Formats: sequence, C-alpha cells, structure tokens
Amino acid sequence: MQELINRAKELLSGGTVVRVLGWKKGDLPYNPEPHIFTSAEELDRDFIYNGFCGANLSKYMIAATKLEGKTLVFLKPCDTFSFNQLIKEHQVNRDNAYIIGVGCKGKLDHRKFERMGLGDIAEISGIELTDECDKIHVKTVYGEEKDLDYRDVMLERCFFCKTKQHQIFDEEMLDSKDTVAEGADRFEEVRKIEAMTPAERYAYFRSELSKCIRCNACRNVCPACNCRHCVFDNTKYDTPQKANASSFEENMFHVIRAFHVAGRCTDCGECSRVCPQNIPLHLFNRKFILDANDLYGEFQAGLDTTTPGPLTAFTFGDVEPAAGLERSKG
Amino acid sequence: MKKIAKEDLPKLFAKVSGSMDLFTPVKMAEVSNWGLWDQTKTADLDTLKTVKSPKDVFFPQCQTLYMVHQDDEGFGLNPMKMTEKPFCVFGIRPCDVKALTVMDQVFLNQEPVDTFYKARREHAILVSLACHRPAQTCFCKVFGTDAAAPEADVAMWDVDGTFYLEGQTDKGREWLEAFADAFEDAGDPKDTIEKEQASIREIVEKLPYTHLSLEGWGVDKVDEKFNDPHWKELSDACLACGTCTFVCPTCQCYDIKDFKTGHGVQRYRCWDSCMYSDFTLMAAANNRQTQMQRYRQRFMHKLVYFPTNNNGMYMCVGCGRCVDKCPQSLNIVKVIKTMGKENADV
Repeated sequence: MQELINRAKELLSGGTVVRVLGWKKGDLPYNPEPHIFTSAEELDRDFIYNGFCGANLSKYMIAATKLEGKTLVFLKPCDTFSFNQLIKEHQVNRDNAYIIGVGCKGKLDHRKFERMGLGDIAEISGIELTDECDKIHVKTVYGEEKDLDYRDVMLERCFFCKTKQHQIFDEEMLDSKDTVAEGADRFEEVRKIEAMTPAERYAYFRSELSKCIRCNACRNVCPACNCRHCVFDNTKYDTPQKANASSFEENMFHVIRAFHVAGRCTDCGECSRVCPQNIPLHLFNRKFILDANDLYGEFQAGLDTTTPGPLTAFTFGDVEPAAGLERSKG
Repeated sequence: MKKIAKEDLPKLFAKVSGSMDLFTPVKMAEVSNWGLWDQTKTADLDTLKTVKSPKDVFFPQCQTLYMVHQDDEGFGLNPMKMTEKPFCVFGIRPCDVKALTVMDQVFLNQEPVDTFYKARREHAILVSLACHRPAQTCFCKVFGTDAAAPEADVAMWDVDGTFYLEGQTDKGREWLEAFADAFEDAGDPKDTIEKEQASIREIVEKLPYTHLSLEGWGVDKVDEKFNDPHWKELSDACLACGTCTFVCPTCQCYDIKDFKTGHGVQRYRCWDSCMYSDFTLMAAANNRQTQMQRYRQRFMHKLVYFPTNNNGMYMCVGCGRCVDKCPQSLNIVKVIKTMGKENADV
C-alpha cells in the first residue's frame, strides 16, 4: 500500500495530477470511504487500500474529469471496464484522468462477517493485497477471535471475476491474485431462475423486490446509470422516485432500470453491493447479458472504448423482434 | 413480572394477533424488517437492527391521505380512516423508542398536530426489548438511552432463551393481563435481570462510539458549523441516494404527491430525503443546488437546527443504521468527529 501512497505523492508534487481519487481509512476496521486527496500529508495520514475497498471509483470520474487539471484515480481491474464504458458514452474526459490500475485479490463483504456473527470487527488482519490469500484473522468487540478463509467473506461478484487485466491504465501497480471459484459460472443463478415456472419466478422476484425501499442506491452507484437527470427524478411526471404509490411500482423501477443498462452494464456488481436490503440486483443484469449474448453474439461492455454495444448498433443481421417473442414462449 | 420461553412466542403472537394488530420484526428473503405478523410470517427477535426502523409503523413510508374518485355522478372524496384500535409493537429496541419521542416533538408537540401520527401513537402498546448484544455501530448512550432498561409500556429482557416482561405503564400492565394465560409468572427475577443489565452496560462501555463527544454541536452552533470547510470533502463521495434517510428512525421529512389512478387521484405522502435533487423544490427554484448543500442539510438538521429549536434534543438516537448501511461508508459519526471537538483545530 505504501508504494501507492508514494506514487500518488510523486504525481501530485510533480504536477502531473492535482488530486487523487482513492480510499480513505474509516473509523472502524472495515469502513473505508472513497475520497479525494489533495495533499501529501493527507495521503500519508488517511490513504488506504485493502480488502474493504470494494467501491468502484469510475463513476466519480464523471465529475472529477470536468474539473481543472488531471485526477489520479486508482482502478481495480473490474472498475476499468466501467471507465471504458464511460469513455464510450462520452461521460468522462480521458485527457483529465491519470489511471493507476491497482491489483486486486477480491473484495470483502461485511455482511458475510455479520452472518457469521463476526460483524463487530475490532481488529482484523490478512486483508492487505500483499497478505496471503487464504487467511483472515478477526477479533470482535466481544473478544471472540477466529481465523477465516478469505473466500468465505468475499463479495459474490469476485468469485466470477472477469479478469485481473486492467482494460485501461496509464500504469499498473501491485499484482492481483486469482479469486475465481473452480468451475464458476456467473450465469448459473440466472439459469436456475430461467428454469422456474412463471409462477415461481414471479413469486421469487416479488419477494426480493418487495424489500426495495426506493433509496436509489443501486441507480446512483451504477456507472451505467449516468443520465444527468433520471426519469424517476422528474417531478413533472407520475414517476415518484421516493416511494411506491402502488405496491408493484418498485418492481417496475428495477425492471426498467435493468432494461436501460442492458448492453452497457459491465456486471461490476456495485448494485448488489450497495443494496441495503440485499436484493440480488445483479441477477437482472446477468439475465440481460445472457440474452444479449444469445441474440447478438458474445459481448462484454467496457472491453474497449469504441465497439458499439449490441443494442446501440444496427446491423442487417440483427435478430428480429419476433425471435424474442418465440423465445419468451420457451 | 411475567416470563415466556422463546419457543412459545409464536403461540403468544397467535393470541395477540387474534385480538389486535401485531407488529414485530419479520424475516423476508434473508433480511428483517418491521411488518404485520400473521401465521405465515417468521418473527425475528434475534436480529438487533432491522434494516428500516419501526418508524413505518407510526409514519409509513407511503401513506394515502385521501382518494378522489370520478364517476358519472361526479366527484367523490374519501379521506383515509384514522387508527381506532389498539395495536402492539413487539420487540422495539430502546433507541427506536427514543426515536418516537423525537418524532413526537415534530408531529405532536407543535401545531398543527399530525392526526394520522397521533392516532397511531395513541393506540400503540410498546413492548420493548433490551439489547442483549449491542453492536459495534451502536451509540445510543451518547443520546441518553440505556440499552439495558427499555422505557416503554412493557420492558422485556431476553435471558438464555426466556423473555422476561415487566409492565411499566397502565397500558402495558393491562396488555400483559389481557394475555396472561400465555405467560408464566416469573416470581421475582431481580437478580437475573440485574445481571443481564450489568452485562449489557459493560459491553456498551466498550463500544467504539459510546464515548463520542458532541462538543461543538447542538444549540446555537448554526453560524459556526454552516460555513465549515469540511462539508465539501465529507460530501464528495456521497452518492445522493436516500439510504441513510430511509433507514433512519428520526428522519421525518415528507413530501405530498398525487398519483393518477385512472379514475381519480390518490393523494399520498411519502418520506422525502434531503439527499434527493427535488428536496424542498419550490416553484421558483431550489435553494439547495449541490449535493454538498443537501448533505450539510441532513447533519445540520440533526445536530444543530433541531436541538436549537427543541430545547437541546438531538435528532439522532445513535441506532447506527446509517453507519451500517451507507453504500460508501459515510455517516453521522464521521461528521461528528471530523467537525466536532476532537478536530476543532483542523
């Protein structure tokens, strides 16, 4: 981690960048926050990079690259897909970004610690990138101590890591470590849902989506949700963004959002990470990715900055709408 | 004092729900939130903090005020009915009880009184559960709550699988009496309860936020805090989502909206969030244009404006839900620390 701080300080003092977007130490061992650093002292004092730095910083670059001067940003491999996609959609100014692609060995999910009764973390070790992959030692405020397998408390998305290669960077630092589970198939859950009867599927989504409190965290964190003014925030129409006037509305919100990011979602998994009600929102996105792959050929959003997405380019070979109808009949 | 074995709670719930609405934390799709209990629901009294607070029970996130209906005869207007029957709020935590006194300040103790809230508040029987295992993110003691001694109609302690209940008000004692056959007499379990209380208080003392200092905040700090330069850096990472406001037991801002039903209008109110871009939007413009301003509003309201207008009462009870739930780990504790006494010289 110290090498990241040193490099950031170099770039800052040399005038290459005027600010650094990274993660700031929290006041508990597991709550670092995204932060803009502007001085060497601040970097020395507060900068951190460990297993709890799951936040994808790409979206903050929409605002940061509009500012005067370059912003240094630390991006994990999966975050670089989002950054590429934002370039493609003309949302970030590449010239105002200095990207350090930082290694990753999977990020941690505090909720998994909670489920094990170990959420009240007083001390934790083994979460640095340089630590051995498979050992975490936790001590709680209750004095309980336990050794954990890193993977047992990893974010779901990290088991299906797309790659440890940064898709865009000015320089790369720190080596990544493999996290992918053996035989991992990120569409497995989707296929299970596809195999349900329509009634089962309906019940499943109703029970999950009815938990939604319309906090909009999934939308606001999503790099693909980059409309300057979301249709759900428009006060002129009957699209309340704060609460559900009817009991089915929150369901529609998520369905509409999934449609809107289809073909542009990189499957970064931030939506599910931030949901306060643990709704597995990534499943919607994966369903759309699976369908788009099926209908238009394999496509990964964010692989580059130029290839048009399956739903934003027209070709004569495009699937006819009737094909979709046929598929829906099974 | 009464007692009941934990495994017998469903029997008690069946009895209670037979004669009144029973609200309690229920588990659905892996998470626990407050809900109306019935035989199909699984009550969850083990989870310390429900995702949303029990605020919904008194002040629902979305509440219809009246319906306007149009037919051949013309227009009809149907106001919604007020709560007229007693109902039970079982398992509410001491911090959430305290939060009701904060909301009372807004909805009951000043004109105009909120009639919907008043009806709910008056008819509620609060059965409050002491916190056997407070969490690291709890800081209720900072705001004067004792997690070991619930201040409610009925106080309840969970000791080794047995729930001990003590009526503390006439309403509470009557409720215990009404369902007396569901309980056993606990005799005088003074030692058991005191031991449990001592254990809770001992843990609370050790929690990292328990000794959080509020110095520098509170009454008449408006000028000092409003222009503090830290607001900008603190709010930079804020996503402008409404999680903190929606899980908060004391946030009470609401918006009134109309929903077209096809044959008329449903006028409803719903929780508002100062994090949202249309918060306090007026015909002319919005007086808060940036997220920094909205972010500042939330904490100034809780830590300065509210105490200034309400005899020093803070609009935070230290439940710690926002600390747990902020997607980017920003929270009120970080704000209090960064701009409070501890860093006054920064």
